Amino acid sequence: MHIHEYQAKTLFSRNNIKTPKGVLIANTKEASKACSELGGGIWVVKAQVHAGGRGKGGGVILCYDVEAVENACEKLLGSQLITPQTDAKGLPVNQLLIEAGQNIKQELYLGLLVDRQTQKITVLASLEGGMDIEKVASETPDKIIKFGVDPLGTLSLQDCDSIAQQLNLTEMLTEQFNQTLLSLYEIFTTKDASLIEINPLIVTVENTLLALDGKIDFDDNALYRHEDIIELRDTSQEDEKEKEAGEYQLNYISLDGTIGCMVNGAGLAMATMDLIEHHGGSPANFLDVGGGTTAQRVAKAFELIQTEANVGGVLVNIFGGIVRCDLIAEGILQAIEKVGLSLPIVVRLEGTNAQQGLALLSGSKYNIYTEADLTQAAIKIVALSQEQSK
Amino acid sequence: MSVLINKNTRVITQGFTGKQGTFHSEQSIAYGTQFVGGVTPGKGGQTHLNLPVFNSVIEAMNETGADATMIYVPPRFAYASIVEAIEAQIPVIACITEGIPVQDMLKIKAILKDSNSTLIGPNCPGVITPDECKLGIMPGNIHQIGSVGVVSRSGTLTYEAVHQTTQAGLGQSTCIGIGGDPISGMSFIDCLALFEADKQTKSIIMVGEIGGCAEEEAAEYIQSNVSKPVVSYIAGLSAPKGKRMGHAGAVISGGSGRAEDKTKALKNAGVAISPTPATMGETLLDVLK
Repeated sequence: MHIHEYQAKTLFSRNNIKTPKGVLIANTKEASKACSELGGGIWVVKAQVHAGGRGKGGGVILCYDVEAVENACEKLLGSQLITPQTDAKGLPVNQLLIEAGQNIKQELYLGLLVDRQTQKITVLASLEGGMDIEKVASETPDKIIKFGVDPLGTLSLQDCDSIAQQLNLTEMLTEQFNQTLLSLYEIFTTKDASLIEINPLIVTVENTLLALDGKIDFDDNALYRHEDIIELRDTSQEDEKEKEAGEYQLNYISLDGTIGCMVNGAGLAMATMDLIEHHGGSPANFLDVGGGTTAQRVAKAFELIQTEANVGGVLVNIFGGIVRCDLIAEGILQAIEKVGLSLPIVVRLEGTNAQQGLALLSGSKYNIYTEADLTQAAIKIVALSQEQSK
Repeated sequence: MSVLINKNTRVITQGFTGKQGTFHSEQSIAYGTQFVGGVTPGKGGQTHLNLPVFNSVIEAMNETGADATMIYVPPRFAYASIVEAIEAQIPVIACITEGIPVQDMLKIKAILKDSNSTLIGPNCPGVITPDECKLGIMPGNIHQIGSVGVVSRSGTLTYEAVHQTTQAGLGQSTCIGIGGDPISGMSFIDCLALFEADKQTKSIIMVGEIGGCAEEEAAEYIQSNVSKPVVSYIAGLSAPKGKRMGHAGAVISGGSGRAEDKTKALKNAGVAISPTPATMGETLLDVLK
């Protein structure tokens, strides 16, 4: 689960990590008051969306007077922000964080993540702050200091010290750095984060370490034990269809293609998308209906797929294991009965009672193409959807 | 021979009396597995499916001689169940549960390092040796005793590989679903090592997917340690960046975890790549010609 920058910074402050003074607003009318509250003569207006690359997308605006702040708020509030990390639609900007400008002497990077390779919570620190850290990692990996924490131990003050030393921080900064890192680790482990980033972590002219930006992702699997984190969820930043699908325990992701897919199992769902591409088509979605495929969920899945724009055909690919294919076929027929069938459809069933299932479908009053062979099924739906779009 | 489990394996279920535990224990018994009982804390002394229920894994092992367990408890209890099984030193643990917090798994992996147990999963279908022992949720009837070792991160894609090798007349020695989580017990390399050493296994199908670099590591291992023919299919060539494709571990983040890179690494290691999920059996037959 993602949260906004201002929410991350609230968590930071609560854990004694210093952040710039800031005010959250949702209306341009509040802008001038925010400026006088913050004081100074330079402000930064930052769009609160669940995506990185906000600067490049025009979502971070530096202002030198109150009028400029108001103009920035006017421009951003209610808009869709498109960044290199969003899709073409962008994300809605409903809130802005206005912060007092800082006198920056140096920009660092500090992050924590779960490293799959070393299977440890890993600290990443670099003097190349403010940059795209993935780019730094791939181009100049020696500029990133990595430190893995023993999963059965903890991050110690000595560990922090040694990281600060490798960064060549002054004694005065080291103390602040250690405090910041220990607090980040505390948040990471007590709140089940999967990623925390401060980029940049700045050194001000006054030699204070400040988290100028903040990003925290949480492990969805651990949300059950963090009610306070669940409350931070902002559903306005989520895809409507994915949200709706989630309510039916369907795993759904919208894509740009023309062939809707309904598959059981995440791996097979991805593989079915690949197969469609391999045979010249393009998938309109990823959809895993899960193991216990019920008529109700199949009906919802059909509804979601058929309302997706550009869809010219549907491929159902089920490998019936514990769930019998004849029962799945019945579920499909009930679903069509309920939500209708406006598109060409190919159903491939394999596994337990596949023949009975396919016979049920091809013997029905609906125009359903059935196929036991996966390759043939893919070729068929690609051809049918191309005809449909003519 | 097979790997991990065989007809002599004595199986228990943790979460025995729950809905999932009950259903899949029944299926496992019906398949002919030597099933000896189960664990549900607080229900020790009762009988379930005509078998004894125990309060703890160690008790079940002492009473029944169990040497493999499958875990069906909900995610919030999975950490305790897995750790209990490791502490009881049961040799084989298959955890089917999906949705275990990743920081729980980090601790479990560290505990496993100095233990006598092997963990399969979590978030996986389990492991099966055809006609001998079914430790998991896979449909038994699609399997056929034979020579292909199957290892996969995805459940239904394992079934595809199994079905296709059965159709090809090759059958399977043992099939291992290692699971779709970012941190899991057995890795591809662990399974490849077992298959390489196993006499019954003549060839291997390895099914990977986007996310992480387990496939790249496996490629490196295969190049210097595996002499048997390996066929691989990697799912997710068409998957968008940054989106989690169902499995917690299936996500392309930054420049890493892409299907193209995994396929390339495996190809360079001499692995035959199945171009689609429908051609794994065919590709293997070609290699074996």
